[in-house]
Amino acid sequence: MTGRAAAASVEAVFREERGLLLAALVRRFGDLDLAEEVTSEAIEAALVHWPAEGVPPKPGAWLMTTARRKAVDRLRRDQAYAARLAELQVEAERAPAPPPATGGDLPDERLQLFFTCAHPALPAEDRTALTLRCLAGLTTPEVARAFLVPSATMGKRIVRAKNRIRTLRIPFRVPDAGELPGRLPGVLQVVYSIFTEGYAASSGPDLQRPDLAEEAIRLARILRRLLPGEREVAGLLALMLLVHARRDARTGPDGGLVLLDDQDRGRWDRAMISEGTALVEVALIGGPPGLYGVQAAIAALHDEAADVASTDWPQIVALYDVLRGLAPSPVVELNRAVAVAMRDGPAAGLSLLDSLADEPRLRGYGPFSAARGDLLSRLGRRPEAADAYREALELAGTEPEREHLRRRLAEVRGES
Amino acid sequence: MKYLMLINASLDADGAPTGCSTPEDWMLFDKSMKDAGVHVGGNSLADFTTAAAVRVDERGERIVTDGPFAESREVLGGYFVVDVPDFDVALDWAARCPGARDGGHIVVRPLASYGD
Repeated sequence: MTGRAAAASVEAVFREERGLLLAALVRRFGDLDLAEEVTSEAIEAALVHWPAEGVPPKPGAWLMTTARRKAVDRLRRDQAYAARLAELQVEAERAPAPPPATGGDLPDERLQLFFTCAHPALPAEDRTALTLRCLAGLTTPEVARAFLVPSATMGKRIVRAKNRIRTLRIPFRVPDAGELPGRLPGVLQVVYSIFTEGYAASSGPDLQRPDLAEEAIRLARILRRLLPGEREVAGLLALMLLVHARRDARTGPDGGLVLLDDQDRGRWDRAMISEGTALVEVALIGGPPGLYGVQAAIAALHDEAADVASTDWPQIVALYDVLRGLAPSPVVELNRAVAVAMRDGPAAGLSLLDSLADEPRLRGYGPFSAARGDLLSRLGRRPEAADAYREALELAGTEPEREHLRRRLAEVRGES
Repeated sequence: MKYLMLINASLDADGAPTGCSTPEDWMLFDKSMKDAGVHVGGNSLADFTTAAAVRVDERGERIVTDGPFAESREVLGGYFVVDVPDFDVALDWAARCPGARDGGHIVVRPLASYGD
C-alpha cells in the first residue's frame, strides 16, 4: 500500500473521531489549518502504534494528547505562526463550554465547526466542501469526487476557503439564541444540498449517489444530537430518512430510473420509514411548521401509502399549500401541480403547469418538461407530450434519466 | 481585529439616495459604537458623486479625471472602522448601521494587521 493509500484508509477508519478531534483542536488553537494538520498526524500515529501496542484505554484522549503535542511542536518551529495564533487564542477561550460527549471520550465540539463551515460569508460551494471535509471527515479526493471535479481543483478551493475564514476571522462559535434562527437554516441547507446531490445526481453516470445521501444523514444525526430542541433539525433528518428509504426501489437492475408509480414498495426500508415518521411528529408538534418538517410530512404520506392510487393526495396538496406559504417558489408550485393532477385529474394539473410556463426558474428545468409530458400523455395529447419529453431529454443530467425519458418518448410516439 | 465598513448608498433615477435614515439615526449609531468601545474612525463623504481620480502613467505624467461614478446606481457614502473580536461581531455592527437599510449595504473588509 502506498503512503497516500494507507493514509486514506486510516482516515476512513477514524471518520467519526476525525471530526470530533478536529473540532476540539480548532477550539483549542483557533486555526483550522493547524487543527487539520495535527489531526491527520495523530490518526497516522495511532495506526502505527495501536496495532503493535494495543488500543489505549482512552483512545480519544490518546489522539487528543498526540495531536496537541504535535501542534505545540509545530508552533515551536514556526514562531510567526505561533504569534498570530496567540492573538486568536484569547477569542477561543471565550467560547462557551462544549456539550457533553455521547459515547467515546472526546468532547463533542462539532457544532461550532458546523456554523463556521456554513458561514454566509463563504461561497455556497465552499460551505459544502468544507462541511464534507471537516465534519463528514471525507478526504480531499473524496470531496472532489462528490463535486465531480479534479482533486487539485478541490484542494485549491478548500485552501482558499480556509484562508477566507482566517483572513476575515470568521469565529468558531455557536451563534447565540438570538442569532441562531438566522444562521441554522444555512447549516441545514448545506446538509440538504449534500443529500439532494446524493438522491438525484446533477450529472455523472449514476442516478443516485447513496454514499453522499448517507453522509448527509450522518451529519444530520450529529446535528440532531447537538441541537435536540430544534424542530427543523428533526424535520430535515426525517425528510432525508423518508426519501432515502426508497433508494433501492428507485433504480432498476440496470441502474435505470423507476418512478414512484412503478416502484416495488416491498423494497422500501421499513425501519428507516418508522424512524423518519417518528421524527416528523417531533418536527411538527410544539410550534409553527418549518420547511423541512412539512416536506418530511409529504414524504411520510408517500411512504405510508400502499400504492399511488390510495395515496392521500388531498392531504399532500394541503401540505404543499402550507409549504408555498412558508417558502413560495416555482418548484413548490410545480410539485403542487403534480399532486393536484393526482387529486383532481391530469387536466387540472396541466392547467396549473401551463400557468407556470413563464416562470424564469422553470425555463430549462427538466422536471417541469417531464411533468408536462406525463400529464399530456395521460390526456392522450401524444404529439404535445412527445415535444415535452424531447425538451426534458435535452435537459436531463444523468444517463438513467435520459434512458427513462427516451422510453417515455418512444411510448407516446407509439413505438413500443 | 479591525474592519473597514464601506457604506454604499443606493440612488434612485434622479440620483437622490433612497435611504430614509435621519441624522439622528446616524448620531445614535455613532454613539452606540463609541459607547461599546469599538469605534476606531469614520467619515461621511461630502456628497455622493463629487470626485476626481488621479493616475500617474508610465512616463510619470499625472492624469486627473472627474469621478466615473455619476452613472452608477450604488455609490460610496462614507466609511467607518471598528475594532472587534471577530467577523460575526463586525457583521452585527454593519447590520445595525442605518446605511444597511433602504436599498443601501455595508461592505465589510478586514484591515491588514502587521503584528500590532
